Amino acid sequence: MAGRAEALPAPGHGARQGIDTALVGMLLFIASEIMFFAGLFGAYFNIRAEHTVWPPQGFELDLGLAAVLTVILVSSSFTMQYAVSCIRKGDRTGMVRAMTVTVILGVIFLCGQLYDYASLGFGISSGVYGTLFFTMTGFHGAHVLGGVIGMSVVLLRGINGQFSARHHTAVEAVSIYWHFVDVVWIGLFSTLYLLR
Amino acid sequence: MATTVLAPGATRTYRRSALYEWLTTTDHKKIGILYLTNSFLFFLLAGLLALVIRSELAVPGLQFVNSSTYNQLFTMHGTTMIFLVLMPFLAGLGNYAVPLQIGAADMAFPRINALSFWMLPLGGILMFSGFFFGGAAAEGWTSYSPLAQAKYSGSGTDLWIVALLLIGTSSILGSINFLATIFKLRAPGMTLLRMPVFVWTVMVTSLLILLATPVFTSGVFMLYIDRNFGGAFFDPASGGNPILWQNLFWFFGHPEVYILILPAMGVISEVVPVFSRKPIFGYKAFIFATLLIGGLGFSVWAHHMFTTGAVYLPFFSLTTSLIGVPTGIKFFNWIATMWRGKISFATPMLFAVGFLSTFLVGGLDGAILASPPVDFALHDTYWIVAHIHFVFFGGTMFGVFAAAYYWFPKMFGARLDEGLGKIHFVLMLIGTWVTFFPMHLLGLEGMPRRIADYSPAAGWTDLNTVETIGSFIIAISVLPFMWNVFVTLRGPRDAGDDPWDGYTLEWATTSPPPPYNFDHLPPIRSERPLFDLKYGHGARRALPSASVATTQEGAS
Repeated sequence: MAGRAEALPAPGHGARQGIDTALVGMLLFIASEIMFFAGLFGAYFNIRAEHTVWPPQGFELDLGLAAVLTVILVSSSFTMQYAVSCIRKGDRTGMVRAMTVTVILGVIFLCGQLYDYASLGFGISSGVYGTLFFTMTGFHGAHVLGGVIGMSVVLLRGINGQFSARHHTAVEAVSIYWHFVDVVWIGLFSTLYLLR
Repeated sequence: MATTVLAPGATRTYRRSALYEWLTTTDHKKIGILYLTNSFLFFLLAGLLALVIRSELAVPGLQFVNSSTYNQLFTMHGTTMIFLVLMPFLAGLGNYAVPLQIGAADMAFPRINALSFWMLPLGGILMFSGFFFGGAAAEGWTSYSPLAQAKYSGSGTDLWIVALLLIGTSSILGSINFLATIFKLRAPGMTLLRMPVFVWTVMVTSLLILLATPVFTSGVFMLYIDRNFGGAFFDPASGGNPILWQNLFWFFGHPEVYILILPAMGVISEVVPVFSRKPIFGYKAFIFATLLIGGLGFSVWAHHMFTTGAVYLPFFSLTTSLIGVPTGIKFFNWIATMWRGKISFATPMLFAVGFLSTFLVGGLDGAILASPPVDFALHDTYWIVAHIHFVFFGGTMFGVFAAAYYWFPKMFGARLDEGLGKIHFVLMLIGTWVTFFPMHLLGLEGMPRRIADYSPAAGWTDLNTVETIGSFIIAISVLPFMWNVFVTLRGPRDAGDDPWDGYTLEWATTSPPPPYNFDHLPPIRSERPLFDLKYGHGARRALPSASVATTQEGAS
């Protein structure tokens, strides 16, 4: 019958099997980030639908520069995934090298975006198109910056000899985040530059 | 000893001052109590604002405040009650109870948990500091443009925005924490369909927070950009659209009302079975109804915008009518659980039964508004104020107090006094009905919400005076509760581990539980492991029979 004899030891803290708890946290965080950008995209399409001329007169974007930046950011996702596959095999040196390249690509993207901002002929306060453009790309840029910081932390930890084939949750987490930032940019590039 | 005592042994203690311990804790139980305390302080503050509002409206004419101050008062009352009282009250209950109920040692991310909490007092202080910088936000908790634009409002609105960004971030981090905890840290045997109903409601609420709050965050950022960087999101003159704000706000705002009620429904579903001495009736139907509310909750937001002419009425009217069905299922669950049960009216149960009466009225008020022609007539009248207060005060706050009386012995090892508890309940129930019921009649007579004054010729004076008396009854009802907490905490901590003869795992550890909660867990074969342990798996009543008594004796 029921009684103390059947009582089981409590499992204590920490997950025992399946996907790592920290990765679950990162995936949930990205779900909330998707909804954040969904709000921005929703605003864009809501306002876009009310205008017959789009972009309005006098708002010219630099498609060439944006295309180059897109290639850079998409490439960085591949170098990031290479870093992850290296550490999964226990190759920390390969991970550090690939992560260094990824950080550099991210920084180049940010510099290119700043150059783009400086050379565009309109600002955030010059009408709703400028507001939308700078808000959407600006929040994306902030996320790229966050990713670069996160990757730098992981890079420094890797240089200091952390991470192994079994223990590299932070590498996995930052890679998921970086792919997410990349996908958002593909959405932004398609929406702002291609669909119009 | 009873079979339920599975007390962990002594744990190592560190010498630290109590203050340092509370300020730096990452223990989910202490953070839960911090949440509850913080929410209660803001509850008193928001209640004071409400008393000024009601005093002003008691008779025609402006007696105490001018209309500008009045706008600040109702804005801050609404925002505070929703973001700093109800949401954190439920988050605090979840923080305390969820890890215990699923047999976990703590939340998944204890330090993020502490961060989520500490953002709340900071946000609250920022929001209230508006009163010292030229006036707090004054556009109502919905903050519609163009009223919320820089042209018409001061720095109080900027502080309101920054505070809500902080509080929103706190909720999102909290929801991630709850979901990771529930997905990953359940004890062996605790499958999803064996989780207590309260855990299910916290899980669905967390999903709603996770997916709805970021949209609000994006909208609030847009408002900030409009106000401070010359943006044009909500400014039609520069190509923007003020209705966009309403869409973004209510896409969050409507799931928000389910965020505010689901965990309270979870509390009721914990309390009603224990005090009816039966398992909950229709556990799976209840879970299904909760999921249905969560899903439908994302498809009804535009019913707040019927009168804008910018939404498709038939669709949102249909979904709004549909979302009443799962709530009806839950009422059936609760009543069928009580049916032929051996009911005892301890204070938690009184608040649960009070919840059933007031929340039913609040829910029906809303179902009536699902019909666009009715909504066009009642939009922005006191009917809306009646509806929101019956669901949030009559619903959520009653649930919160039911939980407070129910889990207080677990938190502090002492039961709150029953006599004072009953006085609290009776005063609060009377106050709720006297304050909020006449608002229906005023709404039908056409009294608009958010007005500081009204004409004596309008014929609204008598009902307003009655409401003001009711609001003071509610205020007085909180005093016996505070006195009760004070004297109980000074008295002996002799409640024991399981004072209510409960069904769920939190009653299997000591009161208060030690750090990391459990040393041993009973086997988990249903959503009520302790009930199974005491009365046998599959029993239909929680009444001690002769054989059970013998077993308990034999096992001790």
